[in-house]
Amino acid sequence: MHIPDGFLNTATSAATWVAAAGGLAYGTRRLTAEIEEHQAPLLGVTAAFIFAAQMMNFTVAGGTSGHLLGGTLAAILLGPWAGMVVITAVLAVQALVFQDGGLLALGANVLNMAVVGVLVAGVTYRLLRKLLGERPWAQSAAAFGSAWLSVVIASLLAAVELGLSGASPWGLVLPAMLGVHALIGIGEGIITLAALALVRVARPDLLRISTPTAEQEAVS
Amino acid sequence: MSRIPRTVWIVALLVAVVVTFFSPLASSHPDGLERVAEDQAFIDTAQDAPFEVVPDYVFPGIANEAVATIVAGVLGVLIVGGLGYGLGRLARGRHSAA
Repeated sequence: MHIPDGFLNTATSAATWVAAAGGLAYGTRRLTAEIEEHQAPLLGVTAAFIFAAQMMNFTVAGGTSGHLLGGTLAAILLGPWAGMVVITAVLAVQALVFQDGGLLALGANVLNMAVVGVLVAGVTYRLLRKLLGERPWAQSAAAFGSAWLSVVIASLLAAVELGLSGASPWGLVLPAMLGVHALIGIGEGIITLAALALVRVARPDLLRISTPTAEQEAVS
Repeated sequence: MSRIPRTVWIVALLVAVVVTFFSPLASSHPDGLERVAEDQAFIDTAQDAPFEVVPDYVFPGIANEAVATIVAGVLGVLIVGGLGYGLGRLARGRHSAA
């Protein structure tokens, strides 16, 4: 759901830039305070994988496609603050190098997918883990649920920005964006689970160690 | 966490590179937002970028579109991976300095 330039009016673009910058400034401060020595390569590899996975559009219904946003994967592997920075890096390169998502709209895209998308994923994942306890499927269910919700909330925010900009009437744009992204969110959940399964097979220590960190970071 | 050997990171980066090899198979349907913009007739308000580097994930000057897409994908993986690593190192450096 990379918003191109032209969809948003000036006021909405400016407001989203301010909000995205504020969120990023806070996230960067937290990341700087908490980052550990081993995490830098994990940031790089996670960013690279999410970029690659975002190229893999999958068909959902009626000639429409979606692709991974990766906010949940980043939040679980890296914690929300590093996750925010990593998704922002992906979005910035997509806008600057690949002309995917507008330059003026980059503030909105960062706000929707990097700041809010990752925070919603991190908080939901933590809540679901707490709620589901030690059941063997708890981690997978929490990852799927937070992946779905983070995509739907990001699309809600995009719809609000489109509504504020007068791109389309509220009564049309809100249900349409939520409806299609409720489907795309299922794809997000499936790919997130597959990626986590791969990590679990290859480097289970990565998940065991970084998951509680992500959870602690999400609350504080 | 135990220190993870460099080869593990290189293999992980290669996995991301391999994912891009499949990118020509990706669905070419409009995505969720584009679908809504088409249905609600505001897709034409989209403006072209003021400059183009590798537009639409197709590396310019390569006749075979599948190859051009893969080259664009590999380039993106390396740029984004390097950027993510660099930002991580930067944050870690400021952590130690603080």
